[in-house]
Amino acid sequence: MTRVTEQPLETDKLVLNFGPHHPSTHGTLRIIMELEGETVTKATPEIGYLHSGFEKLGEDLDFNQYITITDRMNYLSPLCNNVAYALAAEKLIGIEVSKRTEYIRVLMCELSRIADHLLNVGMLAVDLGAMTAFLYGFKLREDIYDLFEIATGTRLTTSYTLVGGLMRDIPDGYDRAVLKVLDEVDEVTNDIETLLNKNRIWQDRTKKIGIISKDDAISYGISGPMARATGIEWDIRVNEPYSRYDEFDFDVAIALNGDVFDRYLVRMEEVRQSIKICRQSLEKMPAGDVIVDPGLGYSLPPKDEVYNSIEGLIYHFEVTMPNRGMAPPVGEAYVPTESPNGELGFYIVSDGNRTPYRVRTRPPSLINYSIFSKLIEGHMLSDAPAIIGSINVIAGELDR
Amino acid sequence: MPTATILSKIKERLPGAVLDITEFAGEHILHVQGQDILKVLTELKDDGFNFLADLTAIDNLTLGGFERFAVSYHLLSHKTAERVTVKAYISEEKPSLPSVESLWKTADWQEREVFDLYGIKFEGHPNLIRIMNPDDFEGYPLRKDYPRLGRKERDDFPVVDRPIQKRKRPE
Repeated sequence: MTRVTEQPLETDKLVLNFGPHHPSTHGTLRIIMELEGETVTKATPEIGYLHSGFEKLGEDLDFNQYITITDRMNYLSPLCNNVAYALAAEKLIGIEVSKRTEYIRVLMCELSRIADHLLNVGMLAVDLGAMTAFLYGFKLREDIYDLFEIATGTRLTTSYTLVGGLMRDIPDGYDRAVLKVLDEVDEVTNDIETLLNKNRIWQDRTKKIGIISKDDAISYGISGPMARATGIEWDIRVNEPYSRYDEFDFDVAIALNGDVFDRYLVRMEEVRQSIKICRQSLEKMPAGDVIVDPGLGYSLPPKDEVYNSIEGLIYHFEVTMPNRGMAPPVGEAYVPTESPNGELGFYIVSDGNRTPYRVRTRPPSLINYSIFSKLIEGHMLSDAPAIIGSINVIAGELDR
Repeated sequence: MPTATILSKIKERLPGAVLDITEFAGEHILHVQGQDILKVLTELKDDGFNFLADLTAIDNLTLGGFERFAVSYHLLSHKTAERVTVKAYISEEKPSLPSVESLWKTADWQEREVFDLYGIKFEGHPNLIRIMNPDDFEGYPLRKDYPRLGRKERDDFPVVDRPIQKRKRPE
């Protein structure tokens, strides 16, 4: 009988193309992974499959027209993009919007945050094999999109804000519809946490996976829930309040370990805090107009006036005709906002014409995703969907 | 220390590097020479601006400015919640400036994006290749002299030859 000796197996490095059309990438991402067995030794993300040239387009569209482009960036929470861009333009031009406008903007941003986080947690769960949590989250996201449809007229491409206000006011009785959905959200967040938090498989798949340290998070420019999961107490809504966020009472969700599980916990807690903000916003909603300053040449007049009076029609054309309308000051403005993914900033440079000279988006997805190759190194291939899901990469925002 | 004081101190310490300090809409902007950007940002990082929020470029072709290109850095201090914009100017003939990847890792991808869309080179960057556009793309699309509709349609797609047997026509 011959004795079998254990010899180390000689393995070749396997190069695996992950994407561009892998179901767990939720968009078009490509990662070239070098595998040693099932362990990833090196990952090189390749992006640019959805590069649409939004920034170049922005140099040809005026301030109100570009809002329709911002919908297409982070298509899971388009209202946050609308608001962020409007804030940047208003800061550049120097417009103060009414209190009611700002409260409605806060309400819409927080509803978007709930929808975005619920979908993100659901997607993360479905990529790891937990279908039920996904269905709970997705159903509610539909309900929230119905709310958007009531207010803005569309579900996805909302284009709700204008420079200096909102497209239209929220209808009567809107608060009842919102409160009904918020109650459901409250229940469903508890349901999802009951399903997942103590689930053995969920914990094994998410705990100690993709750990980011605090220093790395700052060095890589990580922001939003990902940064807060590493213990950085930084929320732009609290630390640099915009849109009257300082008048709302809410807490900032923090976790300490910085792994996938903590990012999930931070997102779930943020949903709860967003519910609080929405309720306060509805309670304290002030009366008033949502379009201010229909004399500066920036904001479009209300649609009733355009259709029913000659002055309104003339004014509408004054704003929209290419050789009339806006004359912003020469200068530049950068406004950071807290979008569901992190710091979403718009940087507008103006040379005094009606179209901006340069529009730059500071995309949270791109900058958060740049740490991915560091996170996946040394993990198994099957951890890749977990890490991608917890980063919440939105391809439209990644490439613009 | 308020931001205005920090900026004027940097101007004292690096007299040749700082071109101007301006303010617009409540934001401080520090205009510097492109070659000195690494020194200036190191100073600012030591003064508490620990977070590089954004890095982008502006083509000053028709806007006017100190030079043709400006690379702008948006810094944030987590301690004081203050922000400052630093604009580094570089000329059209030699569009290059030192990379700040050694200070913040986030500059890696963002500098690649500026290189891809503006053709600005960052000295000392570990992997300066295009990020959005394909490697064989010609031109720099966000420059002001690049037409919005593009230069031409791409016609050099690789053609795969498959030996297809042509059927003979029945007579």
